[in-house]
Amino acid sequence: MVTNGSEDGTRPEGRVPSASAPAGPEANGDTPLLRLENIGKSFGPVQALSGITLDIPAGKVTALAGDNGAGKSTLIKCIAGIYQPTTGHLVWQGKPEHLHSPRDATNLGIATVYQDLALADNLDIVANMLLGHELTRFGLLDEIKMEIAAKKTLADLRVTTVRSIRQPVGSLSGGQRQAVAVAKAVMQEAKLVIMDEPTAALGVTQTELVLSLIEQLASTGHAVLVVSHNLTDVFRVADRLAVLYLGRLAAVGPKEEFDTASVVDLMTTGASARLRNGGSEPAASGNVSSGAEG
Amino acid sequence: MSSPESGEPAQEQPGSVAVAGESEATEAAGASTIAQTSAPEVMAGSLGEYTRIWLRRVRSGESGALPVVIGLIIIGAYFQIREPAFLSAGNIANLMTQAGFIITFCMAQTFPLLLGEIDLSLGFNAGIGGAITLWMVAVAHPFPTWLAILAGIAACTAIAAIEGLIIVWLRIPSFVVTLAGLLGLNGVLLWLFEQTGSVGLGGVIQDHNGFINGLVSNNVSPTAGWIILIAAVALAAVYLIFRDQRRRAHGLSAPPLSVTILKLVFLAAVGLALVLILNHNRSSGVIPLEGVPWVVPIVLAMTVVLSVLLGRTKFGRYMYAVGGNAEAARRAGVNLSRIRVLAFAMCGLIGGITGILYSSFLGSISNNIAGGQYVLYSVAGAVIGGVSLFGGRGRITGAVLGGFVVAVIYNGVILLGLGAAGQYIWTAAVLLAAVTLDALARRGSTVT
Repeated sequence: MVTNGSEDGTRPEGRVPSASAPAGPEANGDTPLLRLENIGKSFGPVQALSGITLDIPAGKVTALAGDNGAGKSTLIKCIAGIYQPTTGHLVWQGKPEHLHSPRDATNLGIATVYQDLALADNLDIVANMLLGHELTRFGLLDEIKMEIAAKKTLADLRVTTVRSIRQPVGSLSGGQRQAVAVAKAVMQEAKLVIMDEPTAALGVTQTELVLSLIEQLASTGHAVLVVSHNLTDVFRVADRLAVLYLGRLAAVGPKEEFDTASVVDLMTTGASARLRNGGSEPAASGNVSSGAEG
Repeated sequence: MSSPESGEPAQEQPGSVAVAGESEATEAAGASTIAQTSAPEVMAGSLGEYTRIWLRRVRSGESGALPVVIGLIIIGAYFQIREPAFLSAGNIANLMTQAGFIITFCMAQTFPLLLGEIDLSLGFNAGIGGAITLWMVAVAHPFPTWLAILAGIAACTAIAAIEGLIIVWLRIPSFVVTLAGLLGLNGVLLWLFEQTGSVGLGGVIQDHNGFINGLVSNNVSPTAGWIILIAAVALAAVYLIFRDQRRRAHGLSAPPLSVTILKLVFLAAVGLALVLILNHNRSSGVIPLEGVPWVVPIVLAMTVVLSVLLGRTKFGRYMYAVGGNAEAARRAGVNLSRIRVLAFAMCGLIGGITGILYSSFLGSISNNIAGGQYVLYSVAGAVIGGVSLFGGRGRITGAVLGGFVVAVIYNGVILLGLGAAGQYIWTAAVLLAAVTLDALARRGSTVT
């Protein structure tokens, strides 16, 4: 069933990670890194999500778009282990999984970078990147080994704008903070990085920094799931697009099948006559389920 | 429903452009904003560059220990002008013994403060520790000295840990829990004295134990004083030089050797002056009175151990992480409750040591110990030394310097014969000045 799922599509699946990728996670054959199967989540009588089936392949950027209340946050919380789906399950590297806590998700290699970034401003970049995973030597912190490891991760992600990795995170710009948060996820061997509105509060230069970081992240073989309102950014970095409408998947497919107008249609009405290839995967019909939380 | 969302980017725009512009300016100017906030150790390649970065940092509000040291010099100079006996060997020895327990009080309080918490019960907790130890070594009770000391410290640790558990379990602010502790432990202290019968008659337990009595005020022999000084400087030199060498060997930046040598020379000079003065015979009688009081190496050792604990261990790193951003620490898998309870336990442990040093200094312990006042001194000293009340900022060395400032005022005001009134007003003024300076420096750095 797992392999069948990705065979029905005609699009090329799973860009092979670049050869230079440092032990990048691999999607073997046609199995996507993560496959959501019929995920549904209800809070009492409120059906927030229903019948979400979505592939998140390694080495690609999947963008999740949708209006407020479409269920984007609920969906990423289901993937991050914060919520347990009412129906359906996750298939991680071909194996069905049920996540009971955020820790389960972390252990699998799923990292979520929330909007608040969860960085300690008073600690330096190295300390933040290794928080909870400190390296020790004779029971004391091995600052040298940690600094080398942090440096390498930042270099892999081509983060070059920080001058010293011993400066407190509080002194960094918004984009740099985002970069540190992502590097922290990569540091902890995440295979899938979920980013919640990564460019929401950033200016032009900073947004560019974060977008190229996302591209770099995918090219090192990581799966990236970006939740964003900003369609310009979505079209700039995403390889695949999934549009949620009132808790259902309105459309999903390679970026080329969409344009801004069709995505806006899908986000606001759940359907679009303007899809270039008619939308590749069975989209939810426009019938309205009860309001979902955002 | 989507209107607030779509409005948000528009609002962000002006601010964001400014940020972008600023970052471009940074690129152009070389090292401006970043150099201001990061430690010169990791930025500089030479002594000149180090000094420049350090000066810029001071101007931008990251002044570190500088204001305390300058304040200390000003206060010291004032007392010396008003009373020439201030810097005499006798008074400096006296000052050291007075400063000991005040400094360790500040060290203890630093632990809860780093989490943005506070332990108001610290003073009476220390009093209980001192009372237990002295009772156990009192003539009628032949407990071994080490057991008495251990029991006193253990009792204080346990009391503070219980307070920590209540704070964590019931999610009550530490201010309230330890305020209850302040009142409750005062009662427990009075009750303990009643239970000791004849030992604590009149509300005072005398210290008849030679070791505990000598812990603070007995002197290290002049030769041993020199040996301790040389050993301390040599250890610091070996540690700093080896660490920097290892960093360079791994291709990481390290402070220039000249800076390290300057630091060591400064350390050695201060130590040299102290030992020279204290080794001077300060007795007017036949029996010589010379050498460094024991409390100095004790406080020095505690400073090193606690600095390593906070700066070089996972526990220390988590203390700062929880104090800086508890949510970030929680998501990183740090057990917040455990760190909070441990911080209070550490406060109690150091409080226990303080109680013993205090009773050693006085030669007795009384049931009307000014527990509330010492707590306020501990907070004042820590804050003067740069420990933030909001958590996440501050070092043990800062607490030591801040505690020393409080002790210098205590000593100087008594020397000038100003009494309690002067002492309180002076301490208040210095505390206010320290906090104001810090706030002004910070405001200046955010405006520019």
